[in-house]
Amino acid sequence: MKCLLNINELKVYYFTRRGVVRAVDGVSLNISRGEVLGLVGESGSGKSTLGISLLGLVPPPGRVVGGSIIFDGIELTKLSADEFAKIRGRRISMIFQDPMTSLNPLMKIGDHLMETIMIHENIPKNEARERSIKALEEVGIPPERFNDYPHQFSGGMRQRVMIALAILLNPDLIIADEPTTALDVIVQAQIIDLLNNLRKQYNMSILLISHDIGVVSEIADKIAVMYAGHLVEMADVDVIFKDPLHPYTSALLRAVPLIESKYEKLYYIPGSPPDLVNPPKGCRFHPRCPHATDICRTREPRTVSIEDHIVKCWMYCDTYE
Amino acid sequence: MIRMSRVIISAINLTKYFPVQRGFLERLISRKLEYIRAVDGVDLEIKEEETFALVGETGCGKTTTGRLLVRLLEPTGGDIFFRGIRITHIKGEELRKLRRHLQIIFQDPYASLNPRMKIGDAIGHPLEIHDIAKGREKRQIVLEMLEKVGLTPAERYYELYPHQLSGGERQRVVISRAMILKPDFIVADEPISMIDVSLRAKILELMVDLKKEFHVTYLFITHDLATAKYISDRIAVMYLGKIVELATTDELFSNPLHPYVKALISAIPRPGPKAERERLLLRGEIPSPINPPSGCRLHPRCPFKIRICSKEEPKLLEKERGHYVACHLY
Repeated sequence: MKCLLNINELKVYYFTRRGVVRAVDGVSLNISRGEVLGLVGESGSGKSTLGISLLGLVPPPGRVVGGSIIFDGIELTKLSADEFAKIRGRRISMIFQDPMTSLNPLMKIGDHLMETIMIHENIPKNEARERSIKALEEVGIPPERFNDYPHQFSGGMRQRVMIALAILLNPDLIIADEPTTALDVIVQAQIIDLLNNLRKQYNMSILLISHDIGVVSEIADKIAVMYAGHLVEMADVDVIFKDPLHPYTSALLRAVPLIESKYEKLYYIPGSPPDLVNPPKGCRFHPRCPHATDICRTREPRTVSIEDHIVKCWMYCDTYE
Repeated sequence: MIRMSRVIISAINLTKYFPVQRGFLERLISRKLEYIRAVDGVDLEIKEEETFALVGETGCGKTTTGRLLVRLLEPTGGDIFFRGIRITHIKGEELRKLRRHLQIIFQDPYASLNPRMKIGDAIGHPLEIHDIAKGREKRQIVLEMLEKVGLTPAERYYELYPHQLSGGERQRVVISRAMILKPDFIVADEPISMIDVSLRAKILELMVDLKKEFHVTYLFITHDLATAKYISDRIAVMYLGKIVELATTDELFSNPLHPYVKALISAIPRPGPKAERERLLLRGEIPSPINPPSGCRLHPRCPFKIRICSKEEPKLLEKERGHYVACHLY
């Protein structure tokens, strides 16, 4: 598969009064065309910051301080605001977590869609209208709701509107940040099925960001796990579940109550996620890791890869070299 | 395994209607008062020392049911019994004494602690309210409790304020405060949904340990069937203010009967190899509890509906031993 997005050693820091928060601290990953990558991590792991940095939307006092993001041959970190506006929405689009607050309450659903098309393309109004109606149909919203306002829609329907907006201009990459977290489980399943169908139909790449490894596993081809600003492991979905390498990943899998768990007892990870102003030295997971040794406490592990399985842990540094 | 003999708390035909708030103009135009039927005829019996899970989606009435049982809300109709005594309408001093036995753990540990109260004082406050201990004695009881929930060194945590703690630590404080009176019955309303994923198991384990030590009965309210499966002995599933199915946890997962429960179980994301599996999906979303559908409330969304479903409301009947379901198919 052709590589669509290449992130290399990306660093995004927030310069707060408390100090520098290293939200994304040297993350590298690739997404191929048509591939769905699930980005998993706890709150504060930097996964959402990574997502919005792909859209050039990192809010101040944050900014990209290093590394590169190459999207289809374009270096995104060097783009001006105007240049970014041409890519955002058109080639890379976003589905936000909360469909309640992401739509303008004073704008009809149809106007949301038409505005998006007409900003990016110079086409007559009735054509924009036709395309908007078609996009609504794709996500299962009947055309007669074109002139309804957001408050007339339920949570699940609003998220469908968000998805219609995201696929409207047939982008190459969609970033979906916790797209189902605000929804109940049955509606969540409906949205997951919808995303799965659309992705097959349009051969889109999706970066699916979620704290819920169960949701991610339903759509993703590959899973990347973030911890405290670092990418600690990345592999195919099945491999992550069958044979996780990083102690954090395996602990995370055992810490979540799953319906068909192979573990009898839940396992918890001692301690809590670190403060990113002052992350632990060495491997950032070492204070919570059952396998931590001296080197883990002093030196940051390298990222090693064995075939397609990437892991950042000292336990594997010797084995695979 | 678990001594499941006596009923500790029970509800009979419990209902709670909330009037719909309307604007001034609306009130002028129409005199008709509308009600949200949050809980609409719930019968349940919770047995001594079991963990009973109440599961359902947003707006199904599970939280309202929990609050009714510990008398934080005044029921619209029906009855509540605690150890055989009718507590539906008790008030004043009697209710205050009852509170010692019935406690609640709220979902949001950020909102359920007074930011100006030290952790130790917050946990010890119920002891003072109920004249159990004060001064040094109170401090001693609180320190022991802090040790039990793993907030150590206890002396240090006693003096801290809520903002100095993480979400998981705060929830442990909230649990300590509920446990300090050694209550008989605790309603835990989504106690882990706002906690970091890696710390959730720790809170669940703590609750299980404290249950063993204090012989407490839990009503565990959650939207997450997987969590309910892990922690509970029996499960009741609610839909639009009614219990649609009630069974032991093993039975519910191995032999779900109600179409809604089947749909809920099949909607749970399942990790692991992406085997194509049949998913029973319901169409649409939960209708408004102001004007719930006639007959069976699921009928507009149910793929198995028959003629009677839209006309007659199914009763919650015992299909197999201890397995209750409210569906015309059975």
